[in-house]
Formats: sequence, C-alpha cells, structure tokens
Amino acid sequence: MSTRIKEILVVALVLVFCAIIYIGKVSGWMKGVTFSPAVSMIVIILLAASLAVILVLTIRGRLVGRRTVFVYVGIAVALPLFMSISQYIPISPEVRTLHDGLEDLQDGSKVLVSFDYDPPSAPELQPMAESFFRYCMDRDFKIVIMGLWPQGPLQANQAMEKVLEDPKYAAKNYQYGVDWVNLGFQTGNEFVIQRMGTDFRSMFATDYSGANYETLPIVKNVKNFSNVDYVFNLSAGYPGTVEWVQVAVDRYGVKLGAGNTAVQAPQCYPYLRSGQLIGILGGMNGAAEFEKLTGHEAKGTKFMLSQSFSHMIVIAFIIIGNVAFFMGGRKKNLSV
Amino acid sequence: MRREIPLIITGLVGIVFVVQYFIPHWPFNRMNAWFSDWFSIVQACAIWLGALNLLKISLEKIARRKSDWGYAVVIIASFLLITIIGFVEGESFRDPGTRFTWLYDFVYTPLSSTMFAILAFFVASASYRAFRARNFEATLLLLAAFFVMMGRVPVGDALTAFMPEGWRLTDLATWIMNFPQTAGQRAIMIGIALGIVSTSLRIILGIERSHLGGD
Repeated sequence: MSTRIKEILVVALVLVFCAIIYIGKVSGWMKGVTFSPAVSMIVIILLAASLAVILVLTIRGRLVGRRTVFVYVGIAVALPLFMSISQYIPISPEVRTLHDGLEDLQDGSKVLVSFDYDPPSAPELQPMAESFFRYCMDRDFKIVIMGLWPQGPLQANQAMEKVLEDPKYAAKNYQYGVDWVNLGFQTGNEFVIQRMGTDFRSMFATDYSGANYETLPIVKNVKNFSNVDYVFNLSAGYPGTVEWVQVAVDRYGVKLGAGNTAVQAPQCYPYLRSGQLIGILGGMNGAAEFEKLTGHEAKGTKFMLSQSFSHMIVIAFIIIGNVAFFMGGRKKNLSV
Repeated sequence: MRREIPLIITGLVGIVFVVQYFIPHWPFNRMNAWFSDWFSIVQACAIWLGALNLLKISLEKIARRKSDWGYAVVIIASFLLITIIGFVEGESFRDPGTRFTWLYDFVYTPLSSTMFAILAFFVASASYRAFRARNFEATLLLLAAFFVMMGRVPVGDALTAFMPEGWRLTDLATWIMNFPQTAGQRAIMIGIALGIVSTSLRIILGIERSHLGGD
C-alpha cells in the first residue's frame, strides 16, 4: 500500500471518528460514553506496551516514521477525553499567590480583565477566563472587560455566555452595564494602557455595542487605574502581560495577575520573581490549578489528562529518538 | 523634505515620550495624550491598509495565475463574506446570535484552533527527530525539558509521590522555572532592553534612518 493511500485512509478514519463524536454530542448519547477506570488502565497498558515494542524495534534498527508519532499524539490527546481517571493536581506557588491576591480583595471589588488573545490560544486561555469569571461572580466582583487584541472581546463574550449557562450563575442575575461590561477592542497596544492610566474614557468612549461610557453605571465613576482594584490579563503574546507590567504596574502601581499560554509564561517569570506580577497561570496546567483552588473543576482539569498523556508520549519518543541516535553511533544505518 | 519631516516628527515624539515619563506635567502630559491618541488613529488606519494590501496582492495573484492562486480565491471570498456580513448586520454585528458571531464561533474559531493544534504534532515529531544529547549543553537542555515536561503535568507528581514533599518532579520543575530559566530570561531581557535603548536613541537623533525607506 502506498504512503498516499495510507494517508488518505488515516484522514478518512479521523473524519469518521469526528463525525461519530459530533453526532453523539448533538444527539446527547456521547455524554455518557466514558471508559471505566479498568478499561482506561487497559488502554494505558496497551499504549505503553506498543511504545515498548517501538523501542525494541528501534534498538533492532527499524525506525518508525513521523506519521507514527502523529498517530500516537492524536491518540494521546483524544482517548483521555473518554477516560475516568482522576489526577491529583498539585498547586504551584505562582498560582497560589495569584489566588491569594484575589482572596485579599473585598467582595464587590472592581476587576479589569484584558483579553489579549485570539482563538488559536483559546484552548489554553478560555478555561482560565471561564474559571476567573466564575470566581468573580462568587465574590460579586464587578467585571470590566477590554481587549488589546481584536478578537479578545469576542472571546470574553464566549466565556461569559458559557458561565451564564450554569443555572447557579444565571440565578445571580449579573446585569450588563451594572455588574459587568465589555468595553471592546482598542488599537494602540501599550499606548492604550498608558492612556488608561490617566483617562479610561479617552480610549473607550463607548462600550462594545456602542453604548456611551457615561451611561454605564459600572464604569461611570472609573477615571483611571486607581478606581480599579485588580487587573487580570489573559495573554498570548504582544501586546500582553509584558506590556501590562511595563506600563500599568511600573507606572501606575496596578495590582496585576496574569494568565498566559504555556509558551509565553516563561517570559513573565522574571516579573513574578521581582514582585511586579502577583501570580501567573501558565498554560492548561495553570488553568487546572486555578480551577482546583476556586473549587470549580471544569475544562482545565478535564483536559489535563490529555496533557499528561501527550507529554508522556513526547518524552517517550524523545527517549526512542536518543536510543536510535546512540545506537546509530555504532551502527551507521540507525541514525534517524 | 520627504526625509526631514518624518525625522522631525520621530525626534519630537521620541523626546516627548522620554521626557513625559520623568515629568508627567503640562505640557508633556498633554503632548503624551495627543501622541498616544494619534498612535491609535494611525494604527487603526494601518489595519485597513494591511487588509486592502492583502486584497490587492491576492487579486494580482489570481490575475497572473501565480502558483497556489486558488488559496488567494479563498482569501478574497472569506474577506468579502465576513466584511459584507459585518456591514449588513450593522452596529450590533458582534452581539450573540448574529450571523457574524455564528461565523466567528463556528468557522473562524475551530479553523484557527485546528491550525494551532497542528503544532502539537510538529513539536512531537521535531522532538523525536532532533532533540538529541549530542554534547554537554544539549544534554542539559534535554534534561531540563524532561523535568519541566514531566513536572508540569500531574502524572509527574504521581510518579514521584513516594518522595517527600519538596523533592517531587513538580517541585523540581518549579525550581527550574524560577531560577535557571528566570536567570536566562533576565539576561535576554536586559540584552534586548539595551539594544532597544541604543536603537531608539539612534532613531530619535536621526542617525538611524533605515525605517524611512531607501532612495
């Protein structure tokens, strides 16, 4: 069978799998499909055994191609979504300090949330946004939303809609304009933050849907950062957390917590160590830890099993690749 | 004058932004506000310029039947579709339930998430083929990656649950992130900052003129 036909078969298989999942989700029967812990363990053992076989084959000089790696990554991400294994999620210091910073706020405080990301980063940042909103509603915080990325405010709306689907939070009757507001996107990157330091109105004359700033009770008396108790930035790059630290924290003394993609989080650690950032939620792991601390285990926690599996698969293939590399030192035909 | 006027504007704006940081009072605070507002206006215009430029390049590609011109057709069709729907919906085009929001939620979001998700497959494949313990430095990098990858997921903690608190993989990953990683990041940041300062001074003083374009 040629490689092209194999590829077409794999794509067809994935499409059929996706179609089954979609139909199952729409018709409702998919919700109940979960592997029991015993079946989950069998799946894990089978996966581990197949990786051991690959390792043995590698040692014997038969290397697997990148397509095999792709298939394993796909399995590692998809299968855990059906597994019913619970994981213990330890809390890292940077997530705990972020949570403690929020706990120090009084009920009913005003928080500004800047959505500086777009859909590609949503799988990591959207769970953070949703759990942050849940926490805010639990504490009756007033939520002011804005975005330095054009798609940010749309992501905020998605998160808010998702949270309000929960009857517990719908019953809170959070009113737009009074308890929360979406000021929308503004161009200008760090200059927007700088202008907000002196006058919010100059950057957001109207809200997301065109309502005048003055007519919105939640922000009517908000002139600058001194009228906001806490700023939470969800960021996937530039402009993002680094700019918020450099302008809002350094210049205006804002209390800032951040949620970053796993790729961006390492860039923000120097600000954490220097105390400019109160805390960081780094990637899906940060989201899961925050969910655990706030008592709302949701997407972040659920997806951590996939994350665990995919990390293990990548590590396994790095080990296999290095075995091939060292074996190749002795047998020339084994280098990958 | 084509070069002098941009140089004067650059110098003036640069000096005002530096001075207003240290003297946030009139007239520098006022000038800072003007220039910041103008920056937003210019950037908003640049977004349109970028969109129209993309349209122009795509149309040229189709007209000249360049390679992969089919993708240019998709770009133009998507561009026109989302723009027309946005204008037809009016001021409330982003409200829940509008056709624009439907396109955003069910077309744009899954497509762009899918593109980004492909990265996981490439990272895994690239790690398998290229992440080698070739020398001491590469081995250090490999070990750091191993511990951080294991320590950043719950399974790492589970595998080292027999060890005392503070000695598990999560603790090791936290230590790597907080100390060696942060030290490296700081070194890079300080280097970048020094580079930005020197380049900015050259631009403000008119020594560096490459941003004005060549004659």
